[in-house]
Amino acid sequence: MARTQKKVDAVIVGLGWVGSVMAMELTAAGLDVVALERGPDRKTVPTFAYPKIADELRYAVRYELMQRPADSTVTIRHNTGQTALPYRRLGSFLPGTGVGGAGAHWNGLLWRPNAEELRLKSYIDERFGADIIPDDMTIQDFGVDYDELEPYFDRFEKIVGVSGKAGNLNGAIMDGGNPFEAPRASEYPMPPLEQTYDAVLFAEAARNLGYHPFPKPAANASQVYTNPYGMQLGPCNYCGFCERFGCLNYSKSSPQTCVLDALYQRQNFEYRTNATVLKVELAPDGKTATGVTYADAKGEEVFQPADLVILAAFQLNNVHLMLLSGIGPPYDPATGAGAVGRNYAYQMTGATSLFFKNIDFNPFVGAGANGVAFADLALSQMDFAKNGFIGGGYQSSQQTNGQPIHHLPLPDGTPAWGAGWKKAVGEHYGHSMDIVLQSTNMPYRDAYLDLDPTYRDPFGRPLLRMTFDWRPNELKQAQFFKEKAAEFGREMGADASSSFYPDGHYDTRVYQSTHTVGGAIMGTDRQTSAINRYLQSWDVHNVFAPGANAFPQNFEYNPTGMIGALTLWAARAIREDYLANPRPLM
Amino acid sequence: MTDFAIDRRDLLLNGVASVAILALGGLAPAMAQAGPDTLENYKPVYFDAAEWAFVMAATDRLIPADGEGPGALATLVPRFIDRQLAGDFGKASRWYMQGPHDPDASPLFGFQLAQTPAEIYRIAIPEVDAHCRTTYGETFAALSDADKDAVLHDLETGEVDLKTVPAADFFAMLLANTKEGYFADPRYGGNHGMQAWTYIGFPGARASFREWVGQQNTPYPLGPVSIGGERA
Ligand SMILES: Cc1cc2nc3c(=O)[nH]c(=O)nc-3n(C[C@H](O)[C@H](O)[C@H](O)COP(=O)(O)OP(=O)(O)OC[C@H]3O[C@@H](n4cnc5c(N)ncnc54)[C@H](O)[C@@H]3O)c2cc1C
Ligand code: SF4
Repeated sequence: MARTQKKVDAVIVGLGWVGSVMAMELTAAGLDVVALERGPDRKTVPTFAYPKIADELRYAVRYELMQRPADSTVTIRHNTGQTALPYRRLGSFLPGTGVGGAGAHWNGLLWRPNAEELRLKSYIDERFGADIIPDDMTIQDFGVDYDELEPYFDRFEKIVGVSGKAGNLNGAIMDGGNPFEAPRASEYPMPPLEQTYDAVLFAEAARNLGYHPFPKPAANASQVYTNPYGMQLGPCNYCGFCERFGCLNYSKSSPQTCVLDALYQRQNFEYRTNATVLKVELAPDGKTATGVTYADAKGEEVFQPADLVILAAFQLNNVHLMLLSGIGPPYDPATGAGAVGRNYAYQMTGATSLFFKNIDFNPFVGAGANGVAFADLALSQMDFAKNGFIGGGYQSSQQTNGQPIHHLPLPDGTPAWGAGWKKAVGEHYGHSMDIVLQSTNMPYRDAYLDLDPTYRDPFGRPLLRMTFDWRPNELKQAQFFKEKAAEFGREMGADASSSFYPDGHYDTRVYQSTHTVGGAIMGTDRQTSAINRYLQSWDVHNVFAPGANAFPQNFEYNPTGMIGALTLWAARAIREDYLANPRPLM
Repeated sequence: MTDFAIDRRDLLLNGVASVAILALGGLAPAMAQAGPDTLENYKPVYFDAAEWAFVMAATDRLIPADGEGPGALATLVPRFIDRQLAGDFGKASRWYMQGPHDPDASPLFGFQLAQTPAEIYRIAIPEVDAHCRTTYGETFAALSDADKDAVLHDLETGEVDLKTVPAADFFAMLLANTKEGYFADPRYGGNHGMQAWTYIGFPGARASFREWVGQQNTPYPLGPVSIGGERA
C-alpha cells in the first residue's frame, strides 16, 4: 500500500521551466503547491561550479545532466510495420532530468513563433487552398492566436531575461531586428550579445545575398539584469561550455538563475527530488484526478493527493503519463480516433561547416545562443506551391562550443582515423564556422506516440513508443536549405565545406535537437486534440499539461519561448477562471 | 613531433620500458613532472595482457605518432580506455540494457547490443586476434603497420565477421573511445600533458573569454589549463 502525503492544492510533476514558472504563478495565487521532480537537486553551486563543469567528456559526451535511458527512455520505429527498438543510448535528442530540467543545460535561444504558425491550417487554406495539404498531413491550428499570447511572450521574455533586438515593435519595423517577426509590445529586456567573428562574416554575406540578418534572441545575459521575480543575471563570459552544461556564471537563463531561489522563499511551496511520478490517479468517474502516485528515492510508492495536477514533465513524459493514467482516449492511426499520442513531430535541422585556412575563429569562445540569423525564408515568407513543400526555417551562424570531442568539424572526404585524420584536426580546428538550419516539421497521420507492447521501465511500466520518420516534404525542405547554405560558402569564398542534412530515414544516433513536440496537442476540438486551448485535459478537467506536447506541428523556432508563454497563459486561466469554479473551461 | 616520439613509441610497443630515455628532452613540463605517468608503468585495471597489447597497437594506428601532433600512445589513450571500461561507461550504467535485443537492427536505431562496452572489448579483441592469426599468422599487435591498418579498415567496414559482436560496432566504439581519450580532460587518464589540446589550439578548461569576443581573426595566445590545474 502506498504511503499517503498531506493533501495540497496543486501538485506539479517536474521542476523545469514549466514546473518552476507554474509554481511561481500558483503560489502567488495563494495555493499550497508541491513539486515532484524525478531527478536530483541541482544548484549553480555546487552542481555547475567551475572548474568541474568545464568537462566535455562528462557533460557533453556522457550526458551527466540528462535523462538516463536506464531509468527512462522511449522505443522508436520508422513506421507502423516495424518493431520499435529502445533508444538505449542518447543520441538524436537529450531530455533533461533533475531540478531545472533541460532548462539548465539548454542553449538559451528564446524565440517566438510566427503568427501564421499558430493558425497554420487556416493560413494555408486561405492563402494556398486546402488542396495543397497532402492527405496524410494532419496540420491544425493551435487554437490560440499570436495576439492573445503576445502579453505572455512578453512576460516570459522578461522572466527569462533575453538579449536581442526587436524587429517589429508594435507594427513599426526596426533596423537591426527581424523584420519578419510578428509585432511585439516591447524591446528585448537586454541589448544583443556581442558577436563572434563568424557571425560578423555571416551577417555580411547574408546582406550581400539579399537577406536581413539580425542577432539571435539569446537567454544568455549581455549585461546585468534583474527579472520580475527579483532574480539577477550577470553578463555571459562566452565560456564555451553552455549547451549540455549548467552555467558557471549566473548568466544563462535557467530555472536556477531566473526562478527557483525566489520560489524557495515561498512558504506555500515545497519540492521533493528523486520523486518519480508513476501515474495520475483518477476519481471513480474518471472526470477528475485525485492526485499522483510517485516512487520516492527508496523506490517506495507514495500517494500525493491534490485538487489540481500540473503535468510539467516535458513533452514526451507528459504524453507518457497521460497514456499510463488513462487521461483521454489513446490515438489510433488506423482509424484516426482518439487524441492522446496524435501528431508527434520533431524539428528538421541541418548544418554546414565552412573552412577557411587563413581565419582564426577561436571556436571555444562561444555562448549558447550566440550568432546571427535571417528569417527571409521563414514559413510566413514561403510560397509552398512554388517550393513544392510546406515549411520554412531560419539559418544562422552559431559558435557555441568548440569542444573537440563532439564538435570538431572536418571537410568532407577527411579520413576518420590515422595520419590523415590527425593532420586534419591540426589543420582545421579553429578554422571553420557553422551555418545551422532549424526548420518546420509537419505532422502526419502515422507519426504518433503510444505505449510499447514489449519494453518496460524499471518500474514495470511500458515505455513510450515513438513512430516517426522523415517524409518527402521535409526532405525536400532540407535540401532546399542545404543549397542556401552552399550559396554562403560560395559567397564567402570558403576553402572547403562539410554538411549534415537528413536525406533519408530518421537517424536516432546523431544529435539534431531536443525539440520533440506534439502527442498531447492543444486545440478547440476534442476529437483532434488532447487538451483544450487552456492546456486543460478535455477529459479530466483538473489536469493541465503545458509543454511542447501541445504543439500540433512544429514551427521553425526553438520551442521554449512558446512553452513559457503557454505556461503563463494556462496559469492565468487557472487563476482567473478555473479556481473559482473548477470545471472544463471549454 | 620529433623523432624522439617515434623511438619512444617503438619502445612502448615492444614492451621495452626505459625511464632513462623518457626523461630526455622534448617533454612538456607537466609531463616531465609526471615521471611515473607512462604506459610502461601503468597497470591496467580492466584489460588483461593480450587485450592491452591489442589496444596499445590499435590506438597507435588510429592516432599514429608520425607527423605533426602527438599520437595516441604519447597521450596515454590506452590508459583512458582502460579506466573508462572499468567505470560507469564500461558497465553501460546509463544505458537501457533490457532485452529483447536485435543486433541486426538498422544502425539508424543506434546501440542495440546485449553486451556492455567492457564486455564488447572482452569478446571482440580475441575474435580480432583470431582473425589476424587465420589471415596473417600473427595476433594484431604483432602485425606490420600496413597489415594492422588493413585489419582496422576491414573492421570498420564490417568485412571481418567477428561472430559475437558486429565488427563495425566494435570498431566504431574503439575509434570513439580513442578520440575521447585524446581530447578529454587529463583527469580521465588520456590527453597526457594536454598535448592534444596544445596541438590543435584548444585552451581546455579556461572557460572565460569575454574580452576575446570582438577580437577578429586573432589567434588566442594562451595554452590550455586542465580541471586539475595543470598548465601547458
Ligand atoms: C541540449 C539542449 C539544448 C536546447 N536548446 C534550446 C534552445 O536554445 N532554445 C529552446 O527554446 N529550447 C532548447 N532546448 C529545449 C528546452 O530545454 C526545452 O524546451 C525546455 O527545457 C522544456 O521545458 P519543460 O519544463 O517542458 O521540460 P524540462 O525542462 O525537461 O523539465 C521537465 C522536468 O520534469 C521531470 N520529470 C519528467 N518525468 C517526471 C516524472 N514522471 N516524475 C517527476 N518528474 C519528472 C524531468 O526530470 C525534468 O526535470 C534545448 C534542449 C536541450 C536538451
Ligand atoms: S556561455 Fe555564457 S551563458 Fe553559457 S554557460 Fe557560459 S557563461 Fe553561462
